Amino acid sequence: MIKRVLQLNVILVLAFLYAPVIALVVFSFNAAEHTAVWEGFTFDWYAKLLGNRDLWRACLVSLIVAGFSTFIATVIGTMAALAIERYQFPLRSVFMQVIFLPIIVPDIVMGIALLMFYAQAHIPLGIASIIIAHVAFNISYVTIIVRARLQGFDRSMEEAALDLGANEWRTFRSITLPLIAPGVVGGALLAFTLSIDDFVISFFTAGVGYTTLPVHIYSKLKFGITPEINAISTLLLFNSIALVVLAMRKAVVSGR
Amino acid sequence: MKAWYRFNRFFRENFDNRVLILLFPALFWLVLFFLVPIASILIYSFAERGTYGGVDWTLTPGNYRRLLDPLYLGILWRSIVTAAVSTVVCLILGYPFAYYVARYQYRWRTVLLLLVVVPFWTNFLIRTYAWIVILRAEGVLNKLLVALFPDITPPELLYTPVAVHIGLIYGYLPFMILPLYASLEQIDGALIDAAKDLGAKPWRAFLNVTLPLSLPGVVAGSVLVFIPTVGAFITPDLLGGGKVNYIGNVIARQFKTARDWPFGSALSFLLMGVVLVGTVVYFRSMRGERSSGQ
Repeated sequence: MIKRVLQLNVILVLAFLYAPVIALVVFSFNAAEHTAVWEGFTFDWYAKLLGNRDLWRACLVSLIVAGFSTFIATVIGTMAALAIERYQFPLRSVFMQVIFLPIIVPDIVMGIALLMFYAQAHIPLGIASIIIAHVAFNISYVTIIVRARLQGFDRSMEEAALDLGANEWRTFRSITLPLIAPGVVGGALLAFTLSIDDFVISFFTAGVGYTTLPVHIYSKLKFGITPEINAISTLLLFNSIALVVLAMRKAVVSGR
Repeated sequence: MKAWYRFNRFFRENFDNRVLILLFPALFWLVLFFLVPIASILIYSFAERGTYGGVDWTLTPGNYRRLLDPLYLGILWRSIVTAAVSTVVCLILGYPFAYYVARYQYRWRTVLLLLVVVPFWTNFLIRTYAWIVILRAEGVLNKLLVALFPDITPPELLYTPVAVHIGLIYGYLPFMILPLYASLEQIDGALIDAAKDLGAKPWRAFLNVTLPLSLPGVVAGSVLVFIPTVGAFITPDLLGGGKVNYIGNVIARQFKTARDWPFGSALSFLLMGVVLVGTVVYFRSMRGERSSGQ
């Protein structure tokens, strides 16, 4: 009896989670422009996308922002994680709390804080201003993930390398880094995803002509709902699913 | 000079060179591009809006006095209640889901958890937009309702608080399910069996054993849902159509259209306070409850 109720709840939750996604995909192939009535199958909306230069430019901006901010945040975050996990230093616990803050502070507050800071510091809004902002929130996530990996770390391997005459840098490169690599890659993947997904912070820190894809889609939404947006959304959905499946395949093959 | 010498010595004695090198980039970035901007909110919040949308650097509590206006207190209250309701609904939907996956499912466990996460690989904006496709007057839901019950007058759901709630619950449900699953899955089944062997009815065993042991998951899930929903901006903007005000929208408006940065700063400071206080109080109360329960 209880089991039946629980199963029903599972079905309801899954229906709730998938109804919007399915509606989006189905209506991206609908010939009707304004209603939810099915008026025939069409690829028109996808064809229209191909010729949309603003859209491609926004994609490019998003990729550049995500690429740069992921790289910078991964390097900085990994370094910070090593410092926290390996060394004792004054104010260590305070530093650890500061690392958590960007995750707790609401996006919108971080967005407007940076906007006002840029205005005061005379930093022009453009692509660099978005990258700086994304690094600021990504450092926290990378640090937390790499640190988790470092916590289960067997240090005897490093000691062995040092005993065998490797210097510290060499030990780091050939022992430490390969061992924490899954954490670093995981952190980088999360940072990339968060950066690509971010709308609110980009919305406040983007300069004219440097809109990321979500900001571009938002501005289109404001002009009304078109099947073209359904088509972009469907493409993005399948793109992310393909990426995640690829990443998982790779994780399974390399077997950690 | 002497102070500098002392400072220098303190540094050399307490910080390994390597720690300094490792920490410096993160500290630099977080201080300059996070802590300083957040602190500047506080400074801006005491300034005044200039005549042409600029900022007059005065020191006035005027913006905070304006916050005491029932209008803005009402908006803050609505945001908190909406976030709380969304969190509770996520808990009601998510707990049984996580419980079922952790207790009854072995074969499809990974698949079910993956199914929860898959829709969230797309952009938040798009996930929210998808609800417009369903909820609008000419949308999927109303067409379906009319097809099933021809006599019904289809409800207007889009641009109402109901739509905002649906969007928020949809947007954050996995953040509830995953931590709940993690803590339910760790519970030793032998404890529940022991309770039943000692004569406890199943619901009693649940209330006295399973539920208290899963509290860390409940806390983590609730915080993960409450924090982003209380300051939400996209969902009220798209699904509420800007017709009902929530604190996130009101803040955004001060920066995008009204150009009243000082007042927007005061609102942001208030929001940040609510989120920080909420998080701390929640963690404290849960910790207290757990230790007194044992």
